[in-house]
Amino acid sequence: MEKFIDFLAMNFGWLFDFIFTIASTTIRTIETALLATPWWAIMIIVFLLGWYLNSILNGIMFAAFIFLIGSFNLWEDTMTTVAIIVISVVLSLAIGIPVGILMAFSKTFSVIMRPLLDAMQTMPTFVYLIPVIFFFPLGNVPAIIATIIYALPPVIRLTELGIRNVDSEVIESAESFGSSRNQMLMKVQLPQALPTMMAGINQTTMMALSMAVVGSMVGAHGLGERVLFSINQINISLGFEAGISIVFLAIIIDRLTNGVANRLQSTGRRSA
Amino acid sequence: MTVKLKVENVTKIFGPRPKKIIPMIEKGASKREILEKTGHTVGVYNANMEIMEGETFVIMGLSGSGKSTLIRCFNLLNKPTSGAIYVDGENIVKYNKEQLKFFRQKKIAMVFQHFGLFSHRTVIENIEYGLEIRGLSKSERRDIAQKHIDTVGLKGYENQYPDELSGGMRQRVGIARALTNDPDILLMDEPFSALDPLIRREMQMELLDIQTRLQKTIIFITHDVNEAFRIGDRVAVMKDGHVEQIGTPEELLETPANDYIIDFTREIDRSKVLQAMNIMSKPLSVMNGKDGLHVAIKNMEEHGISSVFITNRERQLLGLVTIDGAIEGVKNKKTLEEVMTTDVLTATPEEYVQDIIPRVLDSKYPLVVIDETNRIEGIILRVHVLSSIISNSAEEEEDEEILITPIETVNVTK
Repeated sequence: MEKFIDFLAMNFGWLFDFIFTIASTTIRTIETALLATPWWAIMIIVFLLGWYLNSILNGIMFAAFIFLIGSFNLWEDTMTTVAIIVISVVLSLAIGIPVGILMAFSKTFSVIMRPLLDAMQTMPTFVYLIPVIFFFPLGNVPAIIATIIYALPPVIRLTELGIRNVDSEVIESAESFGSSRNQMLMKVQLPQALPTMMAGINQTTMMALSMAVVGSMVGAHGLGERVLFSINQINISLGFEAGISIVFLAIIIDRLTNGVANRLQSTGRRSA
Repeated sequence: MTVKLKVENVTKIFGPRPKKIIPMIEKGASKREILEKTGHTVGVYNANMEIMEGETFVIMGLSGSGKSTLIRCFNLLNKPTSGAIYVDGENIVKYNKEQLKFFRQKKIAMVFQHFGLFSHRTVIENIEYGLEIRGLSKSERRDIAQKHIDTVGLKGYENQYPDELSGGMRQRVGIARALTNDPDILLMDEPFSALDPLIRREMQMELLDIQTRLQKTIIFITHDVNEAFRIGDRVAVMKDGHVEQIGTPEELLETPANDYIIDFTREIDRSKVLQAMNIMSKPLSVMNGKDGLHVAIKNMEEHGISSVFITNRERQLLGLVTIDGAIEGVKNKKTLEEVMTTDVLTATPEEYVQDIIPRVLDSKYPLVVIDETNRIEGIILRVHVLSSIISNSAEEEEDEEILITPIETVNVTK
């Protein structure tokens, strides 16, 4: 095992460097963009989203959360965390949805993947945090990789489930009109599976957020870093402020993604 | 009439190695034996049928009889284990992927029991799905889809989603979606079974209506005998994967092939299947109005009847003269026209017996069956109605009762 890791580090160093450069640039771009946006603009956007997707009360609550985070003086850290989560989730979906689709179509692939997914979900995070530092300099990138590994399974599983659970008569009827495989997938299976997939996306996002603190152990910045710092310093108030900020973020993200999912389901899945 | 679809020795077995099972069935193993021994399910065994162009062909059977399996062979949602299916003379079982796609897009469409609608698409988007995957432009397919929305009476619902509609409305979407592809053959897998009885009846009538206008070849699956007989030009009865008998509803009633068919049709309300033309008798008591009263009396004496229908030269119904009326007419030197009553109840040949019953009971005279040009086709006595309702298997005692009734009928007219 050790030799294998050495071998990877020696021979594929260029590849990891390449990934690192791209990932860190992307994070910096998103972070800069978020910080360039004035705080009140973000507050208004979150308020409007909360209002549109859930209720006006939710919108007000979200806006208050954002305001509180700002008043804790944690604004920049929060935006860093958001940037890390956004990129982790986007990458998870980019990997997870195609994998889920393949699993839905191939029983063999599904059988092979399932233990792997179990391992990804249950393996203690630190176990794969260590080798990740091996390949990348400390910082946001290894944290993102660890986050993806941890947060990927739900979107894969629920994509597969969603596609497999599409009503057999609906599939038959699409087939009876002479749909090709692609048409079937794009026009019928994915839109029909979308509400289930949204639940997976919601789960993936929440799990990515829960990795914020663990990720900081390998040098990720943001709110997690503040929490670790306050533990070292036994700074109770900073710890609480950073912790509560994470919770606020979690609530906002959870409600918003849930709101999208409900909207898809309740009104005849009309966004598809 | 040409054969549209021909089914030749089609067998469909489900399971990992279906071909191996065929010799077992040939030896006469039952469906249950095969399932217990090998885990294979026999869906359809050795089905043969010919379906004519423009015909409404019903396949009827209880659940598990293989009817849904068979209909899915016709568009290859199920590929037959053995046998051939010819559509317009081409064996579709041998089609490759492209041919099959073309066949499904152009020639055949299906309506499903639970509608099979796409819940993420609006009504009109559902209906134009078939055109969309054929690559028609949006404006073209909107035009065609709109036409079919009007056909099935969904105007105003275009932009609703399927879950916002009632069951009957949803199945209209299903039917419109199938019709939009303008298929030669329409497969309907228990399309009305999930609807409540009143709506079902209404939809059946509308289907018959659509069929008279469009003249498609319809293959219709149902487990409901009444529905089968109401809709079907011909009906195939299936049991345990075998086709038991194929024939018109009247043939199934009059000459059932075996006890199973008799059992199946026992429940049927015969008065809803048989039409006036099935039970009417030849009109003996008909004469030309020009011949006058004396001929009328003679005619009645000859046939031992108490009234006679009067027609013109084209056998169009003018009225009726009773024996009393005729005799009085002769006494008072009246003409035939003066004693003739025009107050005669009529029926059309296509009317169902159940709809005629009240008129037969109300009328003192036989009911006259006339076609659309008013020509006499036959007459119906009460005895005809009664004997038609009682099935062949009825016991003989009942036959005697019937014999009494006609005498009464004649008495009434005297």
